[in-house]
Amino acid sequence: MLYAIETEEITKRFDDIVAVNKISISVKPGELFGLLGPNGAGKTTLISMLSTIAEPTSGTAKVWGFDVEKESSSVRENIGMVFQGTTLDDRLTGRENLDLHGRLYGLDGKTRKKRIEEVLALVELAERADSIVKTYSGGMMRRLEIARGLMHHPHVLFLDEPTLGLDPQTRNHIWEYIKILNKVEGVTIVLTTHYMEEADHLCERIAIIDHGDIVALDTPEALKDRLGGDVITLQLENPDNISKLCDIYDKNGCARIVSRQNGEVFITVKNGEHQIPHILSLASGAGISILAVSLRKPTLDDVFLHHTGRAIRDTRASEVEQVGFKIRSRRK
Amino acid sequence: MKKKVDRALQTIYTMWLREMLRFWRSKSRIIGSLATPLFFLVFLGAGFSSSFQVAGGRPFDPSYLAPGLIGMVVLFSSMMGGVSIIWDREFGFLKEILIAPVSRFFVALGKAVGGVTTSVIQGVLIMIIASLMGIEYKSLSGVFAAIAIMFISGIGFIGLGIAVASRIDSHEGFQMVMSFLTMPLVLLSGAFFPISKLPAWLTVLVYANPLTYGVEALRYFLLGESIIPISRSIIILIAFALAMTFLGGKLFGKMKV
Ligand SMILES: Nc1ncnc2c1ncn2[C@@H]1O[C@H](COP(=O)(O)OP(=O)(O)OP(=O)(O)O)[C@@H](O)[C@H]1O
Ligand SMILES: [Mg+2]
Repeated sequence: MLYAIETEEITKRFDDIVAVNKISISVKPGELFGLLGPNGAGKTTLISMLSTIAEPTSGTAKVWGFDVEKESSSVRENIGMVFQGTTLDDRLTGRENLDLHGRLYGLDGKTRKKRIEEVLALVELAERADSIVKTYSGGMMRRLEIARGLMHHPHVLFLDEPTLGLDPQTRNHIWEYIKILNKVEGVTIVLTTHYMEEADHLCERIAIIDHGDIVALDTPEALKDRLGGDVITLQLENPDNISKLCDIYDKNGCARIVSRQNGEVFITVKNGEHQIPHILSLASGAGISILAVSLRKPTLDDVFLHHTGRAIRDTRASEVEQVGFKIRSRRK
Repeated sequence: MKKKVDRALQTIYTMWLREMLRFWRSKSRIIGSLATPLFFLVFLGAGFSSSFQVAGGRPFDPSYLAPGLIGMVVLFSSMMGGVSIIWDREFGFLKEILIAPVSRFFVALGKAVGGVTTSVIQGVLIMIIASLMGIEYKSLSGVFAAIAIMFISGIGFIGLGIAVASRIDSHEGFQMVMSFLTMPLVLLSGAFFPISKLPAWLTVLVYANPLTYGVEALRYFLLGESIIPISRSIIILIAFALAMTFLGGKLFGKMKV
């Protein structure tokens, strides 16, 4: 088997929208692969099809060598899934949730017992294992869910927004588990996220997905390198001059325009430190006054902005609140 | 082949176990759900026996209510058990089940067996309490036969609940089911009145209601009297249970998450 996951023009249509548009990707066994995209990009829909929860409208996909439509039950035996929203039984204890999962996957009593201790230790929930899940915090539920997804030693693990709405400390913890799983247990992992840091920190390769299309796919480093050097941000006094300034840089060939936003222009140049004076003199030569300049290494944010014309952060705050609300409202 | 059977049994057992764990966790709710039939037994029994004395000729016997109440409790808790799939869907647990490498049919069957177990436990509790209140049952073997009847009718109503739950998509739908399905089923059965002297239109509805046969069979086994012949009641209950298991399993198989 060459690939853990291989899709060919896989497509999902809902009534009038195309949620996933002819996506073809391949993920190698043992890889930690990220799907990065804003709300509604189609991340959940894509992994729902890969995990046999949703049927593709057209196209095909193979997971661990099995066709997701024709051999769905073999696919299910080989995958683990952590859904975006919680899917725990919150009236049962953590241990009971794990035990039921083990039974559904056909593990015998001895194996279940042993594995429950292992996964509980991994996510550091052993002490709370016998409390009712309703009394868990959001982060604990998330950790339990990851533990559950691992119970049956899946070859491929799907994580849909594993750290959405969690505090930075819990997030760091979960990142550590994910790394251990991938490096130590050798699990192939596909995770979706709209946190740049997460994708950057964890993933070996990232597919940036927007409106159902993959707009870029590579290692985080290569994606950043492709922008062509350091990022210089110029803040203009008069935003109307943006196009004029961009034209000047384009003609001169000294810089690449990455994106423009609210009176700011993002450009990339080689050897940023040495180029700043030149960049500024071109602007002043044309009579365009610049309020502020900054220089930094490119981040995935810049990559995202370059490919989609939007900052992924725009969509983020409300999402976090929503999840907080969801977890709270479940407690009632 | 053996492996397939093992997996099927394991799936059914797992779903059953989950229902049992949840049932055990909600003891207080169970006690609450027993309160209504108990009030019926105490107050309705007392009211009936004083007001029907003259009209009916012979004094009203409150033990007449016991099989009806048991039937009602089994109906309510079975329908609840089936319809609770809506909660599983809303709280996400359904996805966990549906993504597991198990057959959906056996998942539904396990859920039904689990739900029916809790229904029978509640029915038996009512039966015991009624007997403590002085209602006398015909024979011990009759009591065991009555438990079997609770089981068969429970399977039928859970199947119906699962079938309905697979087609509706919110808990408003659940409210609708509870008021438009369970209440008429209870009221249009022989649970609270004798079915011999009804107007024709009512007779048709009562005889089309599976609960009528459940209550009649319970009355036969517990009190030794019934209007519908027991063999007919049993055949109809078994047919209902099989049909609903099939329907529930089929619709659940097509359910979208
Ligand atoms: N069951 C459905 N019926 C109709 N439209 C749907 C359904 N599920 C998803 N969609 C639509 O498909 C698109 C992609 O949704 P999807 O949930 O895959 O996005 P996502 O990338 O996971 O977003 P998020 O970051 O918010 O989780 C959205 O426009 C969404 O409204
Ligand atoms: Mg999503």
